[in-house]
Amino acid sequence: MATEVVTPKAMVMADLKGKVDPDWCPGCGDYGVLAAVQKALVELQIPKHQVATISGIGCSSNFPGFIDTYGMHTLHGRSIPVATGFKMANHAMTVLVTGGDGDGFGIGCGHFVHAMRRNVDLLYIVMDNQIYGLTTGQTSPTSRLGMKTKSMPFGSIESPLNPVSLALSAGATYVARGFSGDQKHLTELIKRGIEHKGFSFIDVFSPCVTYNHDNTFQWFRPRVKRLEDNPEHDATDWVAAMEKSLVWGEEIFIGRFFERNDLPSLNEAEPVLKAGPLVQQDVRIPADVAKSFVDELM
Amino acid sequence: MRQSFSVGIGGAAGQGVATPGDIFAKIFSRRGLHLNAYNAYQSIIRGGHTFLTIRTGPDKIATIDGKIDLLIPLNQDTMDRHLGLLGVGAACLYNAETIKPGTPAEGVQMCPIPVSKLADISKNKVAQNTLAIGAGLSMMGVGFAALEEVLTEQFRRKGQAVIDENVSIARAGYDYASQNFKPFAWPLPMTENRYAVLSGNAAMAMGGAAAGVKFYCAYPMSPSTGVLHWMAEHARKAQIMVRQVEDEIGVINMAIGAAHAGVRSMCATSGGGFALMSEGLGLSAQAEIPVVVIDCQRAGPSTGVPTKTEQGDLWQMLGAAFGDYPRVIAAPLDIGDCFTLMAEMFNITDRFQCPGIVLCDLLLSEGRLSVDPEVLNFNPTIDRGELITSNGTADHEPYKRYKITESGVSPRVIPGVPGHTHTVSSDEHDEDGVLISDEYTNTTKRRAMMEKRMRKVQGIEASVPPPEIVGPANADVTLIGWGSTYAVIDEACELLREAGITANHLPIRWLVPLHGDAIVKLLKNAKKTIIVENNFSGQFARYLRSETSFVADGHIRKYDGEPLFPHHIVNAVKEQLAGNTTLSVPVHEINV
Ligand SMILES: Cc1ncc(C[n+]2csc(CCOP(=O)(O)OP(=O)(O)O)c2C)c(N)n1
Ligand code: SF4
Repeated sequence: MATEVVTPKAMVMADLKGKVDPDWCPGCGDYGVLAAVQKALVELQIPKHQVATISGIGCSSNFPGFIDTYGMHTLHGRSIPVATGFKMANHAMTVLVTGGDGDGFGIGCGHFVHAMRRNVDLLYIVMDNQIYGLTTGQTSPTSRLGMKTKSMPFGSIESPLNPVSLALSAGATYVARGFSGDQKHLTELIKRGIEHKGFSFIDVFSPCVTYNHDNTFQWFRPRVKRLEDNPEHDATDWVAAMEKSLVWGEEIFIGRFFERNDLPSLNEAEPVLKAGPLVQQDVRIPADVAKSFVDELM
Repeated sequence: MRQSFSVGIGGAAGQGVATPGDIFAKIFSRRGLHLNAYNAYQSIIRGGHTFLTIRTGPDKIATIDGKIDLLIPLNQDTMDRHLGLLGVGAACLYNAETIKPGTPAEGVQMCPIPVSKLADISKNKVAQNTLAIGAGLSMMGVGFAALEEVLTEQFRRKGQAVIDENVSIARAGYDYASQNFKPFAWPLPMTENRYAVLSGNAAMAMGGAAAGVKFYCAYPMSPSTGVLHWMAEHARKAQIMVRQVEDEIGVINMAIGAAHAGVRSMCATSGGGFALMSEGLGLSAQAEIPVVVIDCQRAGPSTGVPTKTEQGDLWQMLGAAFGDYPRVIAAPLDIGDCFTLMAEMFNITDRFQCPGIVLCDLLLSEGRLSVDPEVLNFNPTIDRGELITSNGTADHEPYKRYKITESGVSPRVIPGVPGHTHTVSSDEHDEDGVLISDEYTNTTKRRAMMEKRMRKVQGIEASVPPPEIVGPANADVTLIGWGSTYAVIDEACELLREAGITANHLPIRWLVPLHGDAIVKLLKNAKKTIIVENNFSGQFARYLRSETSFVADGHIRKYDGEPLFPHHIVNAVKEQLAGNTTLSVPVHEINV
C-alpha cells in the first residue's frame, strides 16, 4: 500500500479537534469523555490517521464527528460489529468504540457480550448516563429501580443492568469504570485501555444534565471512590473485581477493576492475519492454491 | 432429445444417501459426462426422507427431470414412493431381505440383492449401499476399475483395511449383477472432457475468493450455510478472514466494517436472515460502503420450509431497508454462473460504492453441476473503483468523502492514509461527512446528497448488459424466467421444439438494473409471452409490470417447495397455447 508520510511534529489537542464543535447540551458529561480521549491519544502520540473512532446512534454516539480521526457513525447498537469488522480488516489501526448505555446495553447488548468472548482488540467506551438522551429521556437498561422517565412515568420496575459485572462475567480482559467528572483519572484508564491487547471496556458515568435528574454530577461526586487509591486492590483478582463491581450506594468504585494479558486477542489468534493487515495483502489467490481448489472438485 | 441417464437414491436421513451419490457423481464426471444432482430432503438430521437424483449424459445436463432410470431405495418408504417414476428400460436395485418390492410399470427390471449372502452386514452397516453401487455400475457397463479408484479415495483416511473391505463388497455387488441382472440398453458413453463438480454455494464462495474477498462472515442458515463451510475450510489457504457471528445483524455490520477498512467483504444468508440485515443494507448505501450479500432463497415466509426451494424473496430485495438508494441485484443463472457473477458484482459495488445482492436459491445453492474448470477462473478482472490509497502531494485539497460529482461517485479513501481523516455516517451528511440533521433541516444539502447518490443509478445501468433472447426469432412462444429457472426453461424450449412448437427464452440475470426499455423492445414482437417462476404471486411478473407496464400473456408458477422440471413447463405451455388457461401451476409428481 501507500508509503506513509508521518507528521514529524508532535500531535497536540488542537490537532484532534473535529470538523464541528460538539452540539451536546451545555454541561453534558460527554464533553469530559471527549477531552479525556483526545488527551489520551495526545499523551500516547498515536497518529490520528491510524485511529478509527466508531459509534452507534445517540447523543454520545455523535462523538466521532467531534474528534479528528477516521470516524464512523453507524447504526443504533451496531458499533461493535462494525468496529470488529474494521479491526479484522486492518488490525494495524487503533479502534475506539464510543456510545451510550441504550446503544450498548439495550439494542446492542448481544454484540457487546460476543465482542468480549472474542477478545477483539477494541477499546469500548460507554458514556453511561442511565437514560436515553437523544430520544428525550426514556428509561435505559442502567436506569435505577424506581426512576421516573417519560416511558416509565410511575417509576422503573426493571432492575438495572450492571455493565461492569456483566463485562467481567462475559470474559472481557480489561474492565474499568470512569467518571466524566474525574477527567485525569479517566484519561489514565483510556490510555491503559488503548494499550491493552484485547477487548477493553470502560463504563463511564457521564451525566445527562437535561433528562436525568437522579444521577447527576453532584450525586456521583461524593460517592465515587478510585480503586487506585486502595493499595490492596489487585486487578488480576477476578473475584475481588466482581465483588467491587457489585458495590452500589454511598460508595461506588471507579478505576481499573480487572485486567488479564494472558489471552491472545482475536487478531493475534487468527493465522490469516499473521501476514499483516488484510487490507495490505494481495487480493489475488496464488495460482497453485487456486488450482488446488479446482482440483478438489475433479 | 438430450441423451441422459438418471440415478435416484433414497432413504432416511442418516442412512447414507450422500456417499453413493458422491461416488456416482465422481465416476460420471471422470468419464467426461455432464451431471446435475439435486437432493430433496427434510429438516431432520436422522429419519425423514431424502431423495438424491443424479442425472448424467454427454450433453449439457443442468436440470433433473423427474424421470429415474436406476432407483436405489435404501428403505421401504423410497420403494413405495418412487417406484412409480420408473418406466420401460429402468431398473430398481434393492435389499431383498428388508424391502418388499412394489408393483412396477411394465418393462421395469426389479433387481433384488441377497445382501447378507454377499456381505457381512454385522460388520458393515452400509453394505447394502455399497453392493448397490457395484451392481448399478455393472449394469451401466462401467468397468470396475473406476469404482475401485473412487472407493480408494473415499476411504483413504480410514486405512487400507476399510478400503479393502469396501472394494470387496462393491466387487460382490458388481459380479452378482453381471450374472443375475440385465444390463441397461444404453451403456454410458465416455468422453475426453473433464469437469469439476460443485454446488452453487461452493461456486459462490470460490467466486468471491477469486474476486478478492478478504473478509467473509455469516450466521448459519439453510440453504446458505454451504458458503460458510467452503469459506471456513479454505480460509487459511486463501488468506480470507472468516467469522461466524452472533446473528445476521452482526454479520452485515461486521462485513460493512471490514469493507470500510478497505477490503472486499461478503456475507450470505437466507430470507429470514436477510430480513435482519435490512437496516445494515441501508447503512451500506448511506455511508457508501460497498458490500455483497448473498441471499439463498428458501420457501417462506418466516422460517418457512427450511429445506425447500423457492424464488420468493425478490420483493424483499427490492424493498430491503427504508428510503431510496442505489442497489444492485443479480440472480445467477446456473451453478457455473454462481462463480462468474461474483467478480462482476464486486466490481460494480466497488465502482458505485453501494450494496450488491446475489439472489440465489436452494436449487442452485445445494444442487450440484458439472462445470468446465475453465469457468472457475481465479484471475478475473478486479476493478476497485476510485480509491485513494496514498496521500499524494503534501498539499492536497481538503478531502471530502462525499464530494458531489457528476457520476455520483466520490473517491473513497482507505482509512490509514494521512491527511484524509473524516467521518462516514449513517445519518445524512454534508460532502465532508458532517451530519446535516443538527444544523436545522438543511433542505439544500439533503437534496444535493440524495441526488448525488441516486445519480449512480445511471452509471450502474450503463455497466450492466441488457438481457437477450436465447433461441430462434419469431417463436410461437417466448418464455421469460429469472435466475435458477434458466436451465429448466432452456431444456423445455428444446423439448417444445421437438414437439413442433418453436420456443425461445428470455433469461433475466440482472434484476436491478432491469433494462426495462430493452426488455419491452424484445418482447413487443413476441407472439406469446409466458413468465415462469418458482413462487406463488408471480413476483417477477409484478416487478416487470411495475417497471415497464408490460403484462405477459401467461404465467407458470410453482410454489410447492420442489423445483420446476422441464416437462412441467412443456405441459403448461401446451395447455396455454391451447387457450385453456393463462396461469399454470404444475403439480409435483410425488412428495419427497
Ligand atoms: C433501530 C433504531 N431504533 C431506535 C432508534 C432511536 N434512537 C436513537 S438514539 C436512541 C437511544 C439513545 O440512548 P443512549 O444510547 O443511551 O445514548 P444517549 O443519547 O443517552 O447518549 C434511540 C432509541 C434508532 N436510531 N434506531
Ligand atoms: S440530552 Fe443529555 S446526553 Fe444528550 S447532549 Fe443533552 S445532556 Fe448530553
